[in-house]
Amino acid sequence: MEHFFKPTPIQKKFFTPLVILISAVAINGLVFLLGRFVFGLGAVTNLNDQFPWGIWIGIDVAAGVALAAGGFTTAALGHIMHKDKYEVIIRPALLTAMLGYTFVAMSVMIDLGRYHYIWHPLVMWNGTSVLFEVGICVMIYLTVLYIEFLPIVTERFIGRVDLPGFLRKFNNIIDKLLRVLDRTLEKTMFIFIISGVVLSCLHQSSLGTLMVIAGEKMHPLWQTPILPLLFLLSAICVGFPMVIFESLISSKSFGLKPELDVLEGLGRMVGPMLLIYLTAKIVDVVIRQTYVHLMVINTESIMFTLEVMIGIVIPLRMFFSRKISKTPEGLFWASAFVIIGVLMNRLNNFIVAYTPPYAESSYFPSVGEFSVTLGFIALEILLFRIFVMIFPIVSVPQKVAFKTKYAVKGLFR
Amino acid sequence: MNKSRRNFLKTSAFMGASIAGVASTKTVKGAPKNILSDDRMGVLVDTTVCIGCRKCEWACKTSHNMPTEPIEKYDDRTVFEKRRRPNANALTVVNEFENPNGKFPIDVKVQCMHCDHPACLSACIVGAFSKEENGTVLWNGDKCIGCRYCMVACPFQIPAFEFDKAWSPDIKKCDFCFDRTKKGELPACVEICPMEVLTYGKKSDLLRAAKEKIRLYPERYVDHILGEHEVGGTSWMYLSSKEFTQIDFPKLGKNPAPGVTEAIQHGIFAYFIPPIAIYALLGGVMWLNKNRKQTEHGEDE
Repeated sequence: MEHFFKPTPIQKKFFTPLVILISAVAINGLVFLLGRFVFGLGAVTNLNDQFPWGIWIGIDVAAGVALAAGGFTTAALGHIMHKDKYEVIIRPALLTAMLGYTFVAMSVMIDLGRYHYIWHPLVMWNGTSVLFEVGICVMIYLTVLYIEFLPIVTERFIGRVDLPGFLRKFNNIIDKLLRVLDRTLEKTMFIFIISGVVLSCLHQSSLGTLMVIAGEKMHPLWQTPILPLLFLLSAICVGFPMVIFESLISSKSFGLKPELDVLEGLGRMVGPMLLIYLTAKIVDVVIRQTYVHLMVINTESIMFTLEVMIGIVIPLRMFFSRKISKTPEGLFWASAFVIIGVLMNRLNNFIVAYTPPYAESSYFPSVGEFSVTLGFIALEILLFRIFVMIFPIVSVPQKVAFKTKYAVKGLFR
Repeated sequence: MNKSRRNFLKTSAFMGASIAGVASTKTVKGAPKNILSDDRMGVLVDTTVCIGCRKCEWACKTSHNMPTEPIEKYDDRTVFEKRRRPNANALTVVNEFENPNGKFPIDVKVQCMHCDHPACLSACIVGAFSKEENGTVLWNGDKCIGCRYCMVACPFQIPAFEFDKAWSPDIKKCDFCFDRTKKGELPACVEICPMEVLTYGKKSDLLRAAKEKIRLYPERYVDHILGEHEVGGTSWMYLSSKEFTQIDFPKLGKNPAPGVTEAIQHGIFAYFIPPIAIYALLGGVMWLNKNRKQTEHGEDE
């Protein structure tokens, strides 16, 4: 089998008007972040003793982890199920996951009151703590992601190490080291790939267990002992839509033709997954008879309905429609709905559902909280752009074989 | 082929075992102290006696070296107009509730309940909480990373956080005057209370005394000792003339707050069998698929 698509560093101008706008959002976030470190959490956020966790945990961490699920789902598909067709999307998904988890770790750090003790969980273990389990899993998984990314670094620099000035004499040694690293990684990579999938399953589900201990403080529509299962299912559901969404955006941004054939294949797998997730969610609501809470109209019931309709029912219909799931627009919107749905779900679980007994007013994020959250997302986008320009990540059609591929595919379908 | 397969299995097994080693949670030395002694102490709060003098608030602040107004200022009863909660500047507060049927309003002192099965202790990522021999639930500032998960977990919504401190903010909550009780002294609030609202003693004795009170004065108390069964029992217990939900206590079940979570957690990590099983399964699938691909290729060529 020949490769017609080859990962190549993208050669484009870095700054476009949109990139400049995104940079401004990032800088604005960093300014508020500085405020958090100088004046404390209370000065920048709307958190208080009743609402100890806000959107930095609900969106940046919880939704961040879920939306980075593209990493392990594509790794499972491409490496473990060995579906070669999907190889082109593995690298972008890996980069997204790597950056995503890096920002999750950073969000945790800025939200910690005593961030200088962030290393404590490594040496002070509490086996009954779900947060400990999530923390350790995320830390190990982040390391695994960096290791999984290393071959891309070696590929980029082997035979191309060119240090300036007096450092030149190290060129040979570094090149040799890179080659050794590359060979070692090639032989051992399967260990890390499987670990990555196992670790993801563990912490994606445990993230759901986090709020179970809040007990009565959490609205019954979401408070269920099967939260870990729901979190795992929704993470698996959002993995491929995230890859589709991103792939369509970046091909547009870089002026490339989207690999529609691959994305369509991914899309076909999303429908059945959403169906399983929806079933679990409905069965849960029916068995615990919490549908009674849907009969009254309040924030919780509206948010729950929106989450299920926008995030599951509508995209389910779209992904199962042959007509819609064949067009880039259809795929884009269906994926966007799943992403919004999971984002809402995490926000609902961590913030909307959390109704502490003595709250005088409800929590709404401050300007500072929004700024930092948006700033981090902006930074992530900028870093993604920088990485795909330096490293061979995005698969670019190679001119010679370009036409052949479509001709062949067209004939056999 | 055979050799590579053996290698694969060996490495997989090693990897699985090392993951288990890293995350093994049951035999960890650093696990927090969690003693449920039969001789644990407690306090019985008889809210029908409290006059709302708030001397306990003053004593608490004074003994914890927290800034406080002079004790005369505590006679001001306008503070009762608003519900107050313990916070970073006050580990205990008294709230007042109207009592349409009785002569006097009802005053209720609030502080950490020192649960027998503390949710904060179970939830804390670094095990910064401990349940001491005498029943105290203690916070350890040398461990705490300030994640505030204890505040999410606490069924009574007690732990407070120093949100306005930029460097090394503390979690603040009643420490049952651990430094005083260690030396055989009474907790500061118990010692100062002029109405003997607060009785410090062995929890089992307090329970007996409380039941006796309810038996002797059934018209004075509702037949319910808050803290006897709530979330698995607490060191601080309350008697009241009204339903506890009417004097601002949350309605809670009898099961310990961390129960469901720990059951799920131990289910997912039962002796690390599930994670290792997934690992082995995925490894097997990967190996099979790889082999299949290779055979297919072989036939193709």
